Amino acid sequence: MGTVDVKVMERHQKTFWEKSYIPEIARGLGVTISQFFTNLNPKKEERETFTIEYPESGTDHYAPRWRGQHRLMLREDGQVRCVACMCCSTICPANCIHIEAAEHDDPTIEKYPRVFVIDELRCIVCGLCVEACPCDAIRMDTGVHMQPRTDRSTSFHKRDELMQRGGLSIATRGGQRAIRDEESR
Amino acid sequence: MPEWLISIIKIAVIVFGFVMAVASLLTVLGDRKQSAKIQNRLGPNRAQLFGTGILQNTGIPHFIADGIKMVLKENTIPDGANKFLFLIAPMLVFLPGLFAWATIPFMDQWCTGQIQVMANHQEVCTGGEWKNYFQIMDINGGLLYAFAIASISVYGAAIAGWASNSKFSLIGGLRSSAQMISYEVTMGLSLAGIILLYGTLDFNEMSRLQGEQLFGFLPMWGVFLQPVAFFVFFLAGMAETKRSPFDLPEGESELVAGYITEYSSMRFGVMQLGEYAATVFIGALVAIMFFGGWQVPWLYGDGFHFGAPTGTPDIAVPYIAVVLLRIGAMITKILFFVWLQFMMRWTLPRFRYDQVMTLGWKILLPISIANLLVTALLAAIF
Repeated sequence: MGTVDVKVMERHQKTFWEKSYIPEIARGLGVTISQFFTNLNPKKEERETFTIEYPESGTDHYAPRWRGQHRLMLREDGQVRCVACMCCSTICPANCIHIEAAEHDDPTIEKYPRVFVIDELRCIVCGLCVEACPCDAIRMDTGVHMQPRTDRSTSFHKRDELMQRGGLSIATRGGQRAIRDEESR
Repeated sequence: MPEWLISIIKIAVIVFGFVMAVASLLTVLGDRKQSAKIQNRLGPNRAQLFGTGILQNTGIPHFIADGIKMVLKENTIPDGANKFLFLIAPMLVFLPGLFAWATIPFMDQWCTGQIQVMANHQEVCTGGEWKNYFQIMDINGGLLYAFAIASISVYGAAIAGWASNSKFSLIGGLRSSAQMISYEVTMGLSLAGIILLYGTLDFNEMSRLQGEQLFGFLPMWGVFLQPVAFFVFFLAGMAETKRSPFDLPEGESELVAGYITEYSSMRFGVMQLGEYAATVFIGALVAIMFFGGWQVPWLYGDGFHFGAPTGTPDIAVPYIAVVLLRIGAMITKILFFVWLQFMMRWTLPRFRYDQVMTLGWKILLPISIANLLVTALLAAIF
């Protein structure tokens, strides 16, 4: 028979005042009351409220890689960069990209999208279209959140609407990809 | 103005203008906003009044939206419920909370003549008479009336629990009636000492007596005479309102919503409002019996007197301003104790049911009896 090494823990004995609860309740009340008045401070920046009132403010809290609404990139002459290769609409798991290709006037460019529609209601914001694009024509870095709508037809984003968002970007430049992006322009 | 018209105006202003307004605003400001501020949140601020941003951040439009929602919801009566009792129970919970306000004075009686302050701080009305404008009903047994009426709400809870034909409701009703009856004993006994000292059951007379001064400078408020009774009464009063930390009749995990489980639409709303009105009423009782009621410290009928009155006040204040100050003091005191009760609610975790009973019968009751004995002894000696 071996001996078991038992460590006897000493119990914390409550003092009389702890047993009466009165000072402890007063202490707890002190914490809640001070918090209550801190958050009633007329100076809003001295309050400790964590809540971000989302649609009105706080859209600048997005990470650089956050995926928002799509945009179509432009060439230097303002034409659409997309060559209608169908990569994005093929990989799209929600089947939400509809492209109709047409022949381009410029002989160095083979095709361009005559129709390019993204159904934002079906989009699952997975970002695979951005990954699949061979010529960096589609991106999701606009920082624009999907707005609530009452009319379903307004959630079909057409080509020109997507191109107009060309200038919006929350992406920070500085990585490898950004340099390649500059060279290709 | 005829007597009955004055009474109706008093009832309208006090019951509907003050009690109902405070109780219903508490549903948003007291519960949801106050807890949000304590917990570093914002609380309800989405509802708008007709698309304008008026009062949006205070959350008050939520309370209007809630009210409309409650009224428009379907009113269900469960199968096998005793219909008559089921329908009468919300009224039995709610109405006592309003009836009890009949004897709460918001100011001393109005003096039509000249007011004079005697050397013992008594106010005398010369060349006129006292008119009862700030208290709905002036009876000399006001305390007994208030307690008699307030204890009727036990029946409401018990009947609601029994008549709903639901086991959750039944257990909730049993719990609430047991809890309220236990704590009523403590409440009554803790007040016995203060009745002994004041020698009156009239709320207005009690408030008047608290205008005297202790050791020549301290206002003779009940809390200075009977500090133990104040703690016991405040705790028992909180238990009486059936709100957290004593919200044993309702418990989401074990009893759903206790005796209000089967109630829907405005009947549920009335039950809830009854609890808030009871909270306000406890605040008023504490203010009157322990914090001087409408008394402002050192303010008497003709102005501030520091020390013994010498005939002319230290700072003269016109009578109408005195009246307004006193009404303001009463309302401030009530609101403060309502606020404190909600603060306790958001500070303390709730008790187990056996702990509530232990606290009531084994701790608070002996304390209040001992307090009564000591008070009686001292009152007999001095």
